[in-house]
Amino acid sequence: MTALLPRRGLAQILALIVILAADRMVSPQFFDLRLQDGRLFGSLIDVLNRGTPVALLSLGMVLVIAMRGIDLSVGAVMAISGAIAASLADGHSLPVVLVAALGAGLVCGLWNGFLVAVLGMQPIVATLILMVAGRGVAQLITEGRIVTFSSPDLVWLGNGAILGLPVPVAIALGMLILTGAVVRGSALGLLIEATGGNARASELAGVGTRAMILAVYVWCGICAALAGVIAAADIMGADANNAGLWLELDAILAVVIGGTSLFGGRFSLVLAVLGALIIQTMNTGILLSGYPPEFNLLVKAVVVLAVLLLQSPKLSGLAGIAARLRRAKA
Amino acid sequence: MENSPDPAPPLLEVRGISKSFGAVRALQQVDFTLRAGEVHALLGENGAGKSTLIKVITGVFPRDVGIVRLGGEEVAPRSAKAALGAGIATVYQEVNLLPNLSVAQNLFLDRQPMRFGIVREGEMRRRAKALLADFGLDIDVAAPLRNYSVAIQHVTAIARAVDLSARVLILDEPTASLDRHEVEILFGIMRQLAQRGIGIVFVSHFLDQVYEISDRITVLRNGRLVGERETASLPRLDLIRMMLGRELAETTGTRASASEHMAREICASFEGYGRAGYVAPFNLELRHGEVVGLAGLLGSGRTETARLVFGAERADRGQARVEGAAVRLHSPRDGVRLGFGYCPEERKTDGIVAELSVRENIVLALQAKRGLHRPLSRREQDEIAHRYVRMLDIRPADPERPVGLLSGGNQQKVLLARWLATSPRLLVLDEPTRGIDVGAHAEIIRLIRELCDDGLSLLVISSELDEIVTYSDRVVVLRDRAHVEELAGEAIDVGNILAAIAADGAATVHEGRA
Repeated sequence: MTALLPRRGLAQILALIVILAADRMVSPQFFDLRLQDGRLFGSLIDVLNRGTPVALLSLGMVLVIAMRGIDLSVGAVMAISGAIAASLADGHSLPVVLVAALGAGLVCGLWNGFLVAVLGMQPIVATLILMVAGRGVAQLITEGRIVTFSSPDLVWLGNGAILGLPVPVAIALGMLILTGAVVRGSALGLLIEATGGNARASELAGVGTRAMILAVYVWCGICAALAGVIAAADIMGADANNAGLWLELDAILAVVIGGTSLFGGRFSLVLAVLGALIIQTMNTGILLSGYPPEFNLLVKAVVVLAVLLLQSPKLSGLAGIAARLRRAKA
Repeated sequence: MENSPDPAPPLLEVRGISKSFGAVRALQQVDFTLRAGEVHALLGENGAGKSTLIKVITGVFPRDVGIVRLGGEEVAPRSAKAALGAGIATVYQEVNLLPNLSVAQNLFLDRQPMRFGIVREGEMRRRAKALLADFGLDIDVAAPLRNYSVAIQHVTAIARAVDLSARVLILDEPTASLDRHEVEILFGIMRQLAQRGIGIVFVSHFLDQVYEISDRITVLRNGRLVGERETASLPRLDLIRMMLGRELAETTGTRASASEHMAREICASFEGYGRAGYVAPFNLELRHGEVVGLAGLLGSGRTETARLVFGAERADRGQARVEGAAVRLHSPRDGVRLGFGYCPEERKTDGIVAELSVRENIVLALQAKRGLHRPLSRREQDEIAHRYVRMLDIRPADPERPVGLLSGGNQQKVLLARWLATSPRLLVLDEPTRGIDVGAHAEIIRLIRELCDDGLSLLVISSELDEIVTYSDRVVVLRDRAHVEELAGEAIDVGNILAAIAADGAATVHEGRA
């Protein structure tokens, strides 16, 4: 079992450093930090803050992908939970709002998990259903409008500060620690990696694979719902059409950049979050540079390619295993 | 069917073929001769080397040494396509056609009749119809292939192969998914093709069918040629002996007398246990400190019995008891909870998690048994892994190495360690010595005896009758998915097992050929 902070990950850290250096060249004030009203400001903090939704999504996504699944619906789940939070915010206390929004995420996760674990649907198809339908549900909740709110509690969730850190960043950090504690503190991490690596063998070893598949989709739904609440709190409103749009792809990208194979097996929570930060550092850098945002996509592709190439010693190691297995096959 | 006894120049001649995969020698100095116009059965248990031989002949695998001559000329195809070009066609059990295309398109794929760059659909259909008429088929060739039964798909594949001017047709388990009537159709076509002078290699584990259709038989065992015989002059018992037992070894086991064993306490019992269409209901008692061997041919229900006993497959009748108490045994989880363990035959797909380390593979079942909330600490894992790496002499002795990098024998030991770590009462081992080198082979057998002396109950499947005789206290013989005989004590010898396997089958053969 990999520790919370794994030895591998050099490629990701190098990539982050290179991108940060590039950002510094584009914007000389990039590393400047200042404290104002008990909250830190600066481009770095901005990267963390903006990166929070994808970081949260990647925390759930990495477990799903480690189980050889995928969840395309997280963007839609963000829209649903954001819509629920925004609709309830004025008139209900923050705990009620949170329970309702995260509860919706839990239900969405259960639905995905049911389709995959119980009905045996292919994950990509199963979650595609909610990806499409979920945005419709969110629009029904907001009745097609952009719902705004002014509840100071919820606004604080998106814009407040704890010990100088923006609240969303603190939440993401807390979720990383919580997920790490649950996954690596219990046997879940080992059993997920075993099931993702070879589901048939794990089942024959007595692993309850079905319950675990259900669990990772539920966790993915809850993480997505939390990201949705934060995104809504940030803009003080819910836009069912655009909240979380295409973020499922960024989350998958973050997981892949973090070195977890789409074929399941070994995973790293920390590196998945690092992957999310790499993506956001790029986005911010391109915005600061003044290049048209169209460049964003191209640069993203190049950086992804670079990170994957940097990881290639590991890939060639795996290729070595595959070759040996093939040769050993009678 | 009646081929002349005088030695006609062989159509396909394979001489001295050897093929190794890493340390595993899949084929050693194998010869094979196919005459024009004959149906030649290629037989052997799993892992005997049939598939490897076919793949070497057809160029899917490169051969290490040896030559292949087709019609007297040496050929060395580098791919299945090249082999097809040379006149050697293979039809696999899983038909390798495109089910979404029409029958006609499948028949003429890659060589459609064209005019001005456009496929002449009408012409293609007309020719497809004519081609299939030769095989006694009158079907709508414009319909997609998947609309038709597996039998017709097979015939289509054969028709395509023959039309591609095949001189040698290799049929790999063609009847596995066919019913009796469809088998008749297929055999009719095979006879007709043989009359046209095509040489047919027939791979099957249905011995009745082998006796019905084949002229000659070649048997492989453990990658070596056991022999080549005329079907008509080879009694079924001798054939089974060729497939299963090298020689009728006089084995002196250290086994206790039958009466002594009846005195031991029953660990697990199964009454009227079975599953419709899977294995017929059986009674089985497994005692502490006893090895029960399951013997039978491939497809006789050995693995099926093992899976039912462990809980990998759910029984639909009968009652399982452990230490006398009725138990629920619906899933592998139930089996693990009851203290059962199962090392499956397919180590790579059903056993190891290749990417994970030796340590992680070893603790997997124990961790699953303890549950999520009671994780084994890293120190406990290390301790368990080190203990079994030492005890079973797993090499290299590095618990952190990915298990996929270990040899087959060591992977098998890791799987054994996985179950021993759970302190099981019953271990089910399906072909524990398959595909592993000679040294590890002997070690595994020694281990089986030792475990048994420690009071474990073992249910062991093996195609190696010598092996079964060596370590079993009782042997259950299976045939046609049913338990047909149980041998104990002095009655356990290769001859008795062979006789039980062959028993009433011999009668049906004579009826079949009369």
